[in-house]
Amino acid sequence: MSANASLVRRARWRWPEALVWVIAFGLLFLPPGKHLLLNEIAILALFALSLDLILGYAGIISLGHAAFFGLGAYAAGLMCKHVTPDPLAGLVVATLLAAMMGLLTSLLVLRGSDLTRLMVTLGVALVLHEIANALSRWTGGADGLQGMVVGPLLGRFDFDLYGRTAYAYSLTALFILFLAARRIVHSLFGLSLMAIRRNRLRAAALGVPVNRRLVAVYALSAAYAGAAGALLAQTTAYVSLEVLEFGRSADVLLALIIGGAGWLYGGLAGAVIFKVLQDTLSAGAPQFWMFWMGLFLVVLALVGRDRLFRLVRR
Amino acid sequence: MATILFDGVAYGMLLFVLACGLAVTLGLMNFVNLAHGAFAMAGGYVVVILMDRWGVPFLACLPAAFIVAAMLGLLLERTLYRHMYSRTHLDQVLFSIGLVFIAVAATDYFLGSSQRNITLPSWLQGRKEILGVNVGIYRSFIIVLCGALALGLQLGLMRTRFGSRLRAAVDDARVARGLGIPVGKVFAVTFAVGSGLAGLGGALGTELLGIDPQFPLRFMIYFLIVVAVGGTSGIMGPFLASLLLGVADVAGKYYLSSALGGFVIYVVLIAVLVFRPHGLFARSR
Repeated sequence: MSANASLVRRARWRWPEALVWVIAFGLLFLPPGKHLLLNEIAILALFALSLDLILGYAGIISLGHAAFFGLGAYAAGLMCKHVTPDPLAGLVVATLLAAMMGLLTSLLVLRGSDLTRLMVTLGVALVLHEIANALSRWTGGADGLQGMVVGPLLGRFDFDLYGRTAYAYSLTALFILFLAARRIVHSLFGLSLMAIRRNRLRAAALGVPVNRRLVAVYALSAAYAGAAGALLAQTTAYVSLEVLEFGRSADVLLALIIGGAGWLYGGLAGAVIFKVLQDTLSAGAPQFWMFWMGLFLVVLALVGRDRLFRLVRR
Repeated sequence: MATILFDGVAYGMLLFVLACGLAVTLGLMNFVNLAHGAFAMAGGYVVVILMDRWGVPFLACLPAAFIVAAMLGLLLERTLYRHMYSRTHLDQVLFSIGLVFIAVAATDYFLGSSQRNITLPSWLQGRKEILGVNVGIYRSFIIVLCGALALGLQLGLMRTRFGSRLRAAVDDARVARGLGIPVGKVFAVTFAVGSGLAGLGGALGTELLGIDPQFPLRFMIYFLIVVAVGGTSGIMGPFLASLLLGVADVAGKYYLSSALGGFVIYVVLIAVLVFRPHGLFARSR
């Protein structure tokens, strides 16, 4: 079977996939109450999807993906305060800025081993965190960016207290970006990324321009993360330094790992499980949630991710 | 100026004792252990509890902190870490982040989330004028103690039988095993000593750094910087890196604002990693 034919076959839509999205959009018509949580899930899903692009497909480990998330959040917040309250304009600008940042920092992750990459990505996020903290005149520093008044979506739908508009907005953005990601990973470009992940040397020997591909996918992933950050800023009308913290990078990695990296829906499934568990477990005491998450990670690593997910998927 | 330099050196020495265990596991054994700070935290809390609840003198608490952290390290190495050596870096990251989360949550639950401090014995408090430089007595104590430790470690690694076995086991575990070196035991002892030293560092640092449940996360990046900048060939690289980091951090926070001080360190870290991926003081291989 030729590469094209196999790609076409893999890219075909199956009914469980359609069902997932029908249910996700159907939840919009729930009575108000859970939409704020659903909105958070959609945003985390988009963030995890962006990490999946580099971790699951290209094999780049990142401990600092919050850098792009936070950049997007601050960009959207500042756009809203100083330029225009229109959310779509803010989303586009934040996405583009994050993509540019991804392009710049991608040069740093091309070199060295996994270990260097871990540290460099962590370092980039920390640098941004320090900058945001130091520029407190614009970012509000430790107090956070306050006083955002986000305008109505498309000039018609106001962001309400119950978060239904917010959920609709985030879910639509997630859906559109998901379709784009799905198209991309099922293209020859996506195939070459997977070749790079499996064996970089051999991919290069086959004529895949390894570095160019990695730069491209890193910038793409940064753009997605920036969009997720912008959505969070706009739907909560608040940005704090917390968007750039290590905890956020760890959370998204965890969500992706729960769902399984490398099949796009991993980020979505992981985000749902992560947020629902977090919501129930931290209702008692926040320590419980951290403890169980830690225990889960340790067990997962000891048992082996592959073995566990093979059991689940069977 | 000289006082800042002095404080920076003391801080750097402390960082070295805290991070040198990681320099061995991460640098030599190539195991990404983000949970190293948890052992330091254990040492710090041992001191806090012993001094606060039972009134044990400070000097007696230091060996206790070392022993508790080393035992904890040995236990975890034998039961859990051992299985993770041959895994991918991603698995090691997930595993050790998980351990950190458990440690943070458990400490928070049992000991409370507020920062704990200790009262040093009176003979370690205060400052003195020596050669026109205003030095803290406790900081001089740290410099002397940690300097001696660094020297001992270097000699231990380079001159003793155990040191050469460790280096052999790290270079090529299979061949070392073939030569009859008990690789598993060597790693276990090394891990325990590294954790113990972290515990000792945590105990010494309780006064200067403060101890709270977030300690492992707060200082994780500092430990990683020491190892990344110091390189992976021996103890002297991380030692120099710790001193540099300590001086840079103290001076940066003094001369610039505290936010910009942190900024400088991270930028230097990224620059070093990009231009010298094997560390600033690495021997060329």
